[in-house]
Amino acid sequence: MSAATIITLPDQSTATIPKMNFLSKENGLLSWLLTGDHKRIATLYLISITFFFFIGGALAGMIRLELLTPQSDLVAADTYNKLFTMHGVIMVFLFLVPSVPATIGNFVIPMMVGARDLALPKINLLSWYLYIVAGCMMIWTMASGGVDTGWTFTTPLSTHYLNTHVISTGLAIFVAGFSSIFTGLNFIVTIHKMRAPGMTLFRLPLFVWSNYAASILIVLGTPVLAITLVLIVLERTVGIGVFDPAKGGDPILFQHLFWFYSHPAVYIMILPGFGVISEVISTFSRKRVFGYTAVAFSSVAIAVFGFFVWAHHMFIMGISNYAALVFSLLTMLVAVPSAIKIFNWAFTLYKGSITFETPMLYAFGFMGLFTIGGLTGVFLGATGTDIHLTETYFIVAHFHFVMVGGMLMAFLSGIHFWWPKWTGRMYPEKISQLAAVVTFIGFNFTFFPQFILGMLGMPRRYAAYPPEFQVLNVFSTAGATILGVGYLLPILYLTWSLKYGEIAGDNPWQATGLEWQTQSPPLTENFPVIPIVDHEAYDYEWLARQQQKEVASVG
Amino acid sequence: MSDSTAVANGAAGAETQHAHPPYQRHHFETVDQQFDATNFAMWLFLLTEIMFFGGLFTAYLIMRNWYYPAFVEASHQLNIGWGTANTAVLIVSSFTMAMGVWSAEMRKKGLLMLFLGLTWILGMMFLGIKSIEYTEKWEKHHVPGLNWSDATFLNPASDPEVFKEYHDKPLPPDMAEKTEMYFFLYFAMTGMHALHMIIGISILTFMFVRAKAGAYTTGHVTYVENFGLYWHFVDIVWIFLFPLLYLISRY
Repeated sequence: MSAATIITLPDQSTATIPKMNFLSKENGLLSWLLTGDHKRIATLYLISITFFFFIGGALAGMIRLELLTPQSDLVAADTYNKLFTMHGVIMVFLFLVPSVPATIGNFVIPMMVGARDLALPKINLLSWYLYIVAGCMMIWTMASGGVDTGWTFTTPLSTHYLNTHVISTGLAIFVAGFSSIFTGLNFIVTIHKMRAPGMTLFRLPLFVWSNYAASILIVLGTPVLAITLVLIVLERTVGIGVFDPAKGGDPILFQHLFWFYSHPAVYIMILPGFGVISEVISTFSRKRVFGYTAVAFSSVAIAVFGFFVWAHHMFIMGISNYAALVFSLLTMLVAVPSAIKIFNWAFTLYKGSITFETPMLYAFGFMGLFTIGGLTGVFLGATGTDIHLTETYFIVAHFHFVMVGGMLMAFLSGIHFWWPKWTGRMYPEKISQLAAVVTFIGFNFTFFPQFILGMLGMPRRYAAYPPEFQVLNVFSTAGATILGVGYLLPILYLTWSLKYGEIAGDNPWQATGLEWQTQSPPLTENFPVIPIVDHEAYDYEWLARQQQKEVASVG
Repeated sequence: MSDSTAVANGAAGAETQHAHPPYQRHHFETVDQQFDATNFAMWLFLLTEIMFFGGLFTAYLIMRNWYYPAFVEASHQLNIGWGTANTAVLIVSSFTMAMGVWSAEMRKKGLLMLFLGLTWILGMMFLGIKSIEYTEKWEKHHVPGLNWSDATFLNPASDPEVFKEYHDKPLPPDMAEKTEMYFFLYFAMTGMHALHMIIGISILTFMFVRAKAGAYTTGHVTYVENFGLYWHFVDIVWIFLFPLLYLISRY
């Protein structure tokens, strides 16, 4: 790399916030609402998804509070149905799907590949506006009475037996789907066409690889969900009967089409999280990610296998035994690339110089919780155990371990990791470490009892339950309170750090990614001169040499 | 990276490495990179469109397998003459669109406007013919959900025009009611296709105005070319819809 790309030495004590950066370049509301800068759009996304995360979180809080007692006493059963439906819809479509790609990915991917922006900045902005439209439609839905189909919109329940706002929710998800399609499309084009000279595919940071894999899933999967929701909306409005058995249609067809997206959607949500973990684990153990190529290809393998396992959501829905057998087998296959990742991260840690900064603590949380979540997925992929466990709290616990314990931990890890790059300031280290630990403890308290509840046979989606399940439910609700504190803390200290945080300098973690070789916060055009890449990702010796050279040349 | 004005007078073809034509966006290093990236993005978008229509095609294939006799008899209600005419109209419009792209590349403003205009007219012709067909369905009570009766399929002789040509046998009632499924899919698929046509025609209108102002004949043809890809894609969807919906009993 040319020495010109390193602007200043990472001397933290004398670091200052550069006068010229993407935050300070222009002022005023319009300069944000009409921006084409990927970093500003990422910031807009960060604010909006945090807003919806707290709405979804509040709904989750109500659910847990209701389940504190066996009777449905806090809310009526109908209201409870609406609570968990809107919790699911908001968390899946308005938080988890855009969480890492649209915020962190949007912010760092162009810098990681050495580009000035995403390939299509206007489409990127359009994507955010679509997200906001979808969000407004969801809020309207909530304000005008909500929806209670469950986030899966199971037919004929959603088309015949309920009279809540299925249409507006369906259209909201349709719009949100196009928002994520445009993000995914933008990433694929950027990664293919915008890489800096010398940045070959196998020099890309693994974060880029995993977002690429997720983008493929977004681009191929989301349109199928879109047409499925259109058919649901048409069924409710003009009575089109593709999913209506009375008219010769087939509700199982709905299940196939829905899960053809919604299973890959699980990987859309988790793959970018894998990317964050690769970056963090490598940086804080000062080692190249063990088996870089294997980790890169395991992302692609997950994306490919992810399209051939959808029917494992349908083992009890009347698919043939033979289909169940094949899909069960294919489901087991997905465990292989996921395990490759976990093992490679473990080997990266082996003999590394490990330090326990906040992002690393979250990453450790991720590794533990995701492993549990992934392994319980194997229970559910086996047809025999699935028939006992599906539609119980075991499933709720399983996907919360993956989605919340996995993805949300990864998201927080990433936010803490790139926060100094994003804002130019550090957050208070001790309290953020505390938050990571509190989140981990709270999470396990909340969701581990639910595995046992599911084993004992407590069904999901009911407001009331037999009294013998109360002890474990009280545990779970108590844990949720701790978890809530764990999520509230980062909001407080991160906001605080915007003004009072210590100035971070350009590369506080001594990380190797190109995004760390520029100023914090970066310039609007990211790099004064487009870098020429002559080293592999995670080459810490290159970084050390680079700094010696700087020291020699500066003085 | 400021925009250079040296090549503003349509001399983009002769630009050197450091001179940027005015249409080059700031974050691209070269014009080629910009063209490659936007073109690739368009292909990816068309891929999502294939998946979008794919859901409908899947539904169609399953239902057709289950209710084949109903699908055959229902398809006899479609007018093959109009269908063929529409196929021809679209193929010709694809040709005029391709010529439009060529005129933009050759920087012939007059020709570009002519071909965009022709494409616009052919697109409107398609929609016109489609609306004639839709009206006919409405009159025959073949619009499921809104105006539906399966009487024609229980007693094909009651529709002498179609009966004369195909001599269809009456369907048993449980199969006759499945013709409704055929028309569900017919309206969903052709309707979704027509929606794409309407979007295309709106963009064509916008492009015609811009072409008149000379926007696409200074060397920057990406927009025309990418729209051409979209237009051809919509045609190809119809090329699949036509045999699947109109010609079920013909092969």
